[in-house]
Amino acid sequence: MEVTLGHYLGLSAILFTIGVFGIFVNRKNIIVILMAIELILLSVNINLVAFSVFNGTITGQVFAMLVLTVAAAEAAVGLAILVVYFRNRGEIAVDDVNMMRG
Amino acid sequence: MDILNDISVAGPEVLLVAVGLIGVLIGSLLKDAFNGLSRLLGALALAGAAFLAAGQSTGDAVSAFNGLYKITPFIAFAKTIAFGVAAVALLMAGEYLHRENMNKFEYTLLILFGCVGMGVMLSANNLMTLYLGIETLSLSSYVLAAFNRDSRRSAEAGLKYFVLGALASGLLLFGCSLVYGFTGFTGYEDIAASEQSLGLTFGLVLILMAMCFKASAAPFHVWTPDVYEGAPTPVVTFFATAPKLATVALLANTMFTVFGVYEQSWIIIVGAVSAISMLVGAFGGLAQNNIKRLLAYSSIANVGYALMGVAAGEVNGASAVLTYMTIYVLTSLGLFGVVLAMRRRDGQVESLSDLNGLSTSRPGLAVALTVLVFSVAGIPPMAGFFGKLLVFEAAIQSELYWLVAVGVLASVVSLGYYLKIIWAIWAKTTEEESLQPADSMVAVSIYGTTLLAFPVLVIWIGTIVTLINTTTAAG
Repeated sequence: MEVTLGHYLGLSAILFTIGVFGIFVNRKNIIVILMAIELILLSVNINLVAFSVFNGTITGQVFAMLVLTVAAAEAAVGLAILVVYFRNRGEIAVDDVNMMRG
Repeated sequence: MDILNDISVAGPEVLLVAVGLIGVLIGSLLKDAFNGLSRLLGALALAGAAFLAAGQSTGDAVSAFNGLYKITPFIAFAKTIAFGVAAVALLMAGEYLHRENMNKFEYTLLILFGCVGMGVMLSANNLMTLYLGIETLSLSSYVLAAFNRDSRRSAEAGLKYFVLGALASGLLLFGCSLVYGFTGFTGYEDIAASEQSLGLTFGLVLILMAMCFKASAAPFHVWTPDVYEGAPTPVVTFFATAPKLATVALLANTMFTVFGVYEQSWIIIVGAVSAISMLVGAFGGLAQNNIKRLLAYSSIANVGYALMGVAAGEVNGASAVLTYMTIYVLTSLGLFGVVLAMRRRDGQVESLSDLNGLSTSRPGLAVALTVLVFSVAGIPPMAGFFGKLLVFEAAIQSELYWLVAVGVLASVVSLGYYLKIIWAIWAKTTEEESLQPADSMVAVSIYGTTLLAFPVLVIWIGTIVTLINTTTAAG
């Protein structure tokens, strides 16, 4: 069987959906949310690299490098905020993020 | 020299980056001695950047960095206002930060780098530049929201903002990757010249959703009230002014320039988002007793009115959006100044009932707040009325009558909570001690913006509209 663009797009769409559900359905731990965010960004990378190969342009791969860099910065900021939160609360369960109701 | 030309085109951002990096260096050497000085330096840098951007707002569109970067007069004008209000918001923060033990030079640096992000995303002419700009702004904003490290609310606000903001960034990226995949390009001009396809439309919708999130338009607004309530007030003052104007201008610019040819696919979406935002902002605010939450709903509604101008299309709406947002952020600066001034001897207060009897205890503040609230509610003859008039006019010209009807309904409903503020100030009395006098810089900006809302901007409204019209016509 030949692997086509459709397969890559399908895989990345599935990963993206898992990531989004990981943010909303997850009721346990904020670390899991950070992992879900990471998953979303990586699914985009699969998309970009696959398009880059099938379009025959290099732009997508450059874009993917940028996304990797920013993802690292984002994880750093996210973990830093999580540490601040943990210091104030002493736990990081999702259900407890409810001081304010919007 | 090519590179010198590029640097001069990106002048405002280069200046901000330079001052920001030097600030990091000085800060790590001087430590706490730099805290107060940094704000002055930051405000000067922002004012300088605003000045440089103002210089670019006359003349033609120029691009730089091999077409990754492009300045049009529309963009340069938006940047001027954004950097200018950011400078004022930074200066207003000083005494509050000092009192609440948050006086750190990092605050200034985060605002500077956030402003760099605003500048980059506004002048982006390529999806990659756009993404980097939005992320620079967002990452600074997450940290700013959690800036009060010892407060549970602030940490929670930062966490919520981060999680939902990261999701929005993911949507934006997924949209960018689809647009890239189905057109083969990331440059704005190339995308605009490509054929429309289903994948492109899908990408466009995802990008639009992410931008609506960043601009806090409903139904992507859930983070706004919580972040506004939890984050420190000076930070909210910043969030509600400079980035708000920048993201709305960005949304308008992206829709007009990149996706202008596919107008039919997004006008209905932007129109629907605008209508939902106006209604959510109007009805959601009615039940609020916390003044910061109330202003959050007010800002959701106001983004809705601005998006009405975007839905009207480039020809009719571009200058209306910019005028509306300019007037709104200036008024908003004053409103949050009043929130900063709501302070009793034992600390800040932020409940609506704390405004009771303001007219007898602090008549000057009461008059200023009344003018500002009337302006944001769009009651003539305040400046806000003319902003609203312009976007309604733009929508009527584009025959979006249903949207105008929703807008009028939302304006009437939102009067409910604006009048609640007025009622508390003028009709109610209180037993509690009166508010402490406002800090000098806060007082200056409250009364300054009050004068702008009425009568300064009203007298010169014709000049301002002509000025903004020329910037959009040239772009």
